[in-house]
Amino acid sequence: MSASQGSTNTNTEPWGSFDDNVIQGSGSAVIDMENMDDTSGSSFEDMGEIHQREEEEEEVTAEAAATEEDNGEYGEFLGMKGLKGQLGRQVADEVWQAGKRQASKAFNLYANIDILRPYFDVEPNQVRNRLVESLIPVRMINFPQKVAGELYGPMMLVFTMVAILLHGMKTSGTVIREGTLMGTAIGTCFGYWLGVSSFIYFLAYLCNAQITMLQMLSLLGYGLFSHCMVLFITYNVHFHSLFYILWLVIGGLSTIRMVAVLISRTVGQTPRLILCGTLAALHMLFLLYLHFAYHKMVEGILDTLEGPNIPPIQRVARDVPVVANAVVNATIKSIAAVVQSQ
Amino acid sequence: TACKFAGLSDISISEDIPVEGDISVPVGSQNPDDDFSTLDEPVKDTILRDLRAVGQKFVHVLYPKKSSALLKDWDLWGPLLLCVTLALMLQGGSADSGEDGRPQFAEVFVIIWFGSVIITLNSKLLGGTISFFQSLCVLGYCILPLTVAMIVCRIILLGALSSVSFVVRLIVVTASFCWSTFASTAFLADSQPANRKALVVYPVFLFYFVISWMILTFSPSP
Repeated sequence: MSASQGSTNTNTEPWGSFDDNVIQGSGSAVIDMENMDDTSGSSFEDMGEIHQREEEEEEVTAEAAATEEDNGEYGEFLGMKGLKGQLGRQVADEVWQAGKRQASKAFNLYANIDILRPYFDVEPNQVRNRLVESLIPVRMINFPQKVAGELYGPMMLVFTMVAILLHGMKTSGTVIREGTLMGTAIGTCFGYWLGVSSFIYFLAYLCNAQITMLQMLSLLGYGLFSHCMVLFITYNVHFHSLFYILWLVIGGLSTIRMVAVLISRTVGQTPRLILCGTLAALHMLFLLYLHFAYHKMVEGILDTLEGPNIPPIQRVARDVPVVANAVVNATIKSIAAVVQSQ
Repeated sequence: TACKFAGLSDISISEDIPVEGDISVPVGSQNPDDDFSTLDEPVKDTILRDLRAVGQKFVHVLYPKKSSALLKDWDLWGPLLLCVTLALMLQGGSADSGEDGRPQFAEVFVIIWFGSVIITLNSKLLGGTISFFQSLCVLGYCILPLTVAMIVCRIILLGALSSVSFVVRLIVVTASFCWSTFASTAFLADSQPANRKALVVYPVFLFYFVISWMILTFSPSP
């Protein structure tokens, strides 16, 4: 048994491993008391013990830990006294060390934020340029347009949108429900960015478009710049007609840009139609939803609290038909006046 | 046994193999408490020492100079104290409203710590040289001006809830927001490459903006 163990020994120390023939009963972790000679303070079977345990440990850890084991072996050798209680502690300690080494290796491999580092390698003027470009539709759709794959800009835009949504709640003058609104705002913005990106990437995969997930995230993230601008303006200036104009113009520009980039990376009429139609619809409808749904929700909560005493129009100037009607009437009147004056 | 060890080592180690590495004695943790043992001092000493360290860092935040005290001896006691104080004060009056009237304690806590973690990760990804906990420490300590503003707002709100009080509160909160942002960037921006400071400052600005928003919109229940 000793000889076979010697032949399967994968870890030959540089000074030549111990000759297992010297050690009797070295196959188990139990000290064979009858083989212990008088010099039991630093006995050879303890060396065999260590040797065996080193072999087992070798199967668990990688080859790179071999040098550590050599040193560890010397360390244990110095501390070894050959008694069972200390052996138990030794074993436990060795197992702990091996487990810790494995855990730290796995941690360094998977939780390394350096994986994300290349996506944040931007300069401030690059971010500024990309923000401006997100509103400028590209002309050439015959060859694939370049999409920057970075995540700093999109992430900051998502957080900015969360802040703008919260700010909108404040300026609408309602009693603030930070608890529900904060979580909802963060969930909405991140859910839109990640969810719609994944969905469009899935569609792009089906439609054979050449765009990676990172590029899709980046493209949609920068498209949120238009949302941020529109919401920031319309939360401070409460006119529904203004919102509609901005929605069409700014939202439309950013949609056209995203659509153009996708078209340039897709072949075939039907795939292009499917992909771009979906993206355009989701993008524009999201802005619409953000403007109206949040207010309605806040008003709904208000109604249940303050009761029907206060007429709705006094709290927030959000009554769509009245304002729109007023604008339409004013426009018609002015047109009529112009026509009559001619 | 010493000579036996020596004999064995003669056999086992050949001359030309360099012996290096750590030799550790893994027989329980019997570290002799000779030099720096704080386990035996009275609790009052420990608390006072920690409080003094926290207070010193408060002073560094209130008068932000380019000192490295906040960074070198980072601790998270101060941020914890400030965070808990802010969260408690944002609870306000009585819990009689059926809806979630104001941020729950856990919500404020999570926002502050989650926001700090995000900013720290962002600054590390942008190539910052500051460590994770140092950054958490700086961001947490720089909430101090906002906590002071919260106290002032509470005092103002003891009076009438009018537009004048709103304007005063707005001024106070805006001033403390600028103070917080300036103080934290004074510490954080140094660890970044020169051309990327703006990229790091912006999320800090957003973070303190959200906290200031929570403070400004706080209104006690009637």
